Amino acid sequence: MYDKFKSRAEAVGAEVHRFRTKSDAKEFILSFLSKEGVADKERASALWSDSGFLKGEDKESLCKRVPGLKFDISRQLAADSIAGISEMSYALADTGSLVSDQTSINERLVSTLPPIHIAIVSTASILEDKTAVFKKLRPENSSYIAFITGPSRTADIERVLTIGVHGPKRLVIVFVDEMEG
Amino acid sequence: MEKKFKKSINDAVNNSILTGALGKFSEAYRVNRAKAYEGIDFEELRQTIADRKSYAAKHLEELAAQFKKNAEARGAKVFRAGSAQDAVDYILKVAKDNNVKSVVKSKSMASEEIHLNKHLEEIGVSVRETDLGEWIIQLAGQRPSHMVMPAIHMTKEQVSDLFSKEVHERLTNDIPKLVEVARHELRTKFLESDMGISGGNIAVAETGSIVIVTNEGNARMTTMLPKIHVALVGIEKFVEKFDDIVPILTALPRSATAQLLTSYVSIITGVTPNTDGTMKDLHIVLMDNHRTEMSKDPKFAQAMQCIRCGSCLNVCPIFRLVGGHVFGSTYTGGIGTILTAWFEEMKNSEDIQGLCIQCGNCKEVCPGKLDIPEMILEIRRRIVADKGQSLAQKAIFTVVNNRKMFHAMLRTASLTGKPFTTGSYIRHLPLFLSDLTEGRSLPAIAATPFRDQFKKIKQPASDKKIAFYSGCLIDFAYPEMGVALVKILNKAGYAVVYPQEQTCCGAPARYNGAYEVAANNAVDNIKALLKEDVQYVVSACPTCTVALNHEFKSTFESLGQTEHIEEAEKLAAKVIDFSVLAKKLIDEGKLKLKKGVNPGSLTYHDSCHLKRTLKVSEQPREILRKAGYEIKEMFECDMCCGMGGSYSIKLPEISRPILQRKLENIRNTGAPLVAMDCPGCVMQIRGGVDQSGDKISVKHTLELLAELIED
Repeated sequence: MYDKFKSRAEAVGAEVHRFRTKSDAKEFILSFLSKEGVADKERASALWSDSGFLKGEDKESLCKRVPGLKFDISRQLAADSIAGISEMSYALADTGSLVSDQTSINERLVSTLPPIHIAIVSTASILEDKTAVFKKLRPENSSYIAFITGPSRTADIERVLTIGVHGPKRLVIVFVDEMEG
Repeated sequence: MEKKFKKSINDAVNNSILTGALGKFSEAYRVNRAKAYEGIDFEELRQTIADRKSYAAKHLEELAAQFKKNAEARGAKVFRAGSAQDAVDYILKVAKDNNVKSVVKSKSMASEEIHLNKHLEEIGVSVRETDLGEWIIQLAGQRPSHMVMPAIHMTKEQVSDLFSKEVHERLTNDIPKLVEVARHELRTKFLESDMGISGGNIAVAETGSIVIVTNEGNARMTTMLPKIHVALVGIEKFVEKFDDIVPILTALPRSATAQLLTSYVSIITGVTPNTDGTMKDLHIVLMDNHRTEMSKDPKFAQAMQCIRCGSCLNVCPIFRLVGGHVFGSTYTGGIGTILTAWFEEMKNSEDIQGLCIQCGNCKEVCPGKLDIPEMILEIRRRIVADKGQSLAQKAIFTVVNNRKMFHAMLRTASLTGKPFTTGSYIRHLPLFLSDLTEGRSLPAIAATPFRDQFKKIKQPASDKKIAFYSGCLIDFAYPEMGVALVKILNKAGYAVVYPQEQTCCGAPARYNGAYEVAANNAVDNIKALLKEDVQYVVSACPTCTVALNHEFKSTFESLGQTEHIEEAEKLAAKVIDFSVLAKKLIDEGKLKLKKGVNPGSLTYHDSCHLKRTLKVSEQPREILRKAGYEIKEMFECDMCCGMGGSYSIKLPEISRPILQRKLENIRNTGAPLVAMDCPGCVMQIRGGVDQSGDKISVKHTLELLAELIED
């Protein structure tokens, strides 16, 4: 399933990474942010929307590692950030999509406005398709079910595929095998 | 046809930017769509969609009430708008009540339908379209030319000019840079605006959910950043159950843009938090605007199954030549012709319905299982029933209505001139028509029609009998095809019967909306062809075959005539296309092919009615292969040749470029010969080859087969 997901997601321009442990994933994300120029200055921050992944993490030390990383989210901040980090509940192998309940405004802000969206997904949460995910996520208990498949795209000028028109220009998917560990 | 309309067609056909972009797109689309559907049973999928959507269309009132209740329970405000005006009034009121200054919109065809931007601007609200294509055409002051790709008719140079004016800076023509400009400009608008207006691709009654599908992410922003969200949804978007969205989400992106899924799908159920912690002010406007009326019409109820993917536009040989603006209204192409007739009025489709050549490509790919060609014929029929035929058409069909007069005229034609150019009535007769058209020669009317030649062919004394229905073209233009067919069937041991009372199959009358004439033709033919007890009634013209085994009955039904339906069914059961019969006779060992001959290579052109209505494409190829031919397939082998009966006479400006494209595809195979199974296609393609001077011979399959069967 992972291989199928990876090939489908990469086919639509997503970047797919996989790590065994949470700490490997965390290292990757932090060094990725530094490399992309996240810093403690204007229009250079990264926003991390709170999630299970952060449980037990010392946010302060994370901020020390990457100055400019923030956990308090506002719309202006999201609009001015380099990257947004959120956790997505499911991945669908047949279309290379990520799916989550994004009723929380912060989840939507960090995955929509910054040019880079880093999505953390548990490898165990890869499902086959839409039918499978709708057994887990229903509108009865989610006001905003969001599917994200690759970065934002358009072909409205001369049918030339162009990435990043309104939403993120890059979608970086980080799978974690041992999400609990 | 109105002069203005003819002019718009000419402008479009001669607009190389438009035809180039659309042509390239449609060629790539066919390939990509097929790829996107790999591993999916399309027939099963579209049957499910058709079932679910037609259920919804039959229960609109119930689903609307259910939707309202469920969405309101989740904090949304649901307004049911009967008319376009009701929808406009409600949205303007929401804007005024909340002192709205500026609006961002994600793509909504329903809002185009009610000219919402104009109304909002009139009360001083600034409106920004945020879908890139929509924004481009908004800046250009135009209408979308395609449902899914609104600005497909524009070049990057034109876009650059528009954007340069907007941002007061001379921009380059670099597409990624232009997209970046749009991102920057529209981002500010998203953050400033106090109302977001979206459409909705699906509305789920059971949960009160709206499903929105986009690639750019603008719908996510439109529904997230402004504190007020208005979703304008046509009631054809209803499904009953939440799980009904699965088949639609499976088909919509694949059919629209050949994607497995769009970048974003948002399923919004009730209110969600705003960025300042308050809750969204969500208004869902459920718009009827004649949809209920349409859903109650037995012929048009199926139009409610449309999921607005635009694939009927993408595969249409006419649309790729003229683009959307020729259609003159919000919705374009085949489906647009139908929606315009209902959402506006029937007469607004009068000219555009004539653009349909009845090739059936759209019907084959439609994920909602709409029979668009059939609905367009019905519009034609109703317009004719309402307004009557034009004088010229009345004259034609008066003649066609009377077999003796019709055939007498055709005989006269053969004496008065070849190729045939003069004569007052006959000039307008279906199929053997009018002037030599530029780019195509017309055949001469044969000196001796097949009906007379047949009398001189001695038939074997056999109790195995087949009746031959020749159709007008073989009878009066290509009698040699009839002679070849008789030779083949005689060799297989059959005696051929040719009922002399047979007449025009009625297709020309039917395709021009003259159903009474078509019904009279049907009655004459039923009587003639059922007179003698035969095993088969064979036809070598697929248009006639379709008339004989599909349309007689439906013509009677459309007119409410029941008297001859049983006989029509009896005839239909005996009717067989020549290539299907020949394949059968070869398989049964009744027809033997010469051995050790090498006739060389050919390419095969699939005729519209044969391939898409009769579903026959392999049989003629197998016959030709067995006869020793090597088949070099051409690109778009099953794309219409542009003939379409009288279409090529009414709209030569469209027929001609379609023919040129076909000739180019034939030429590119390098084969010296092109085979097909329709005398109409032979007439069109042979005429084109004759004018272009290509050394390519154009043959009906039966002419080739007649040469290669053993004595």
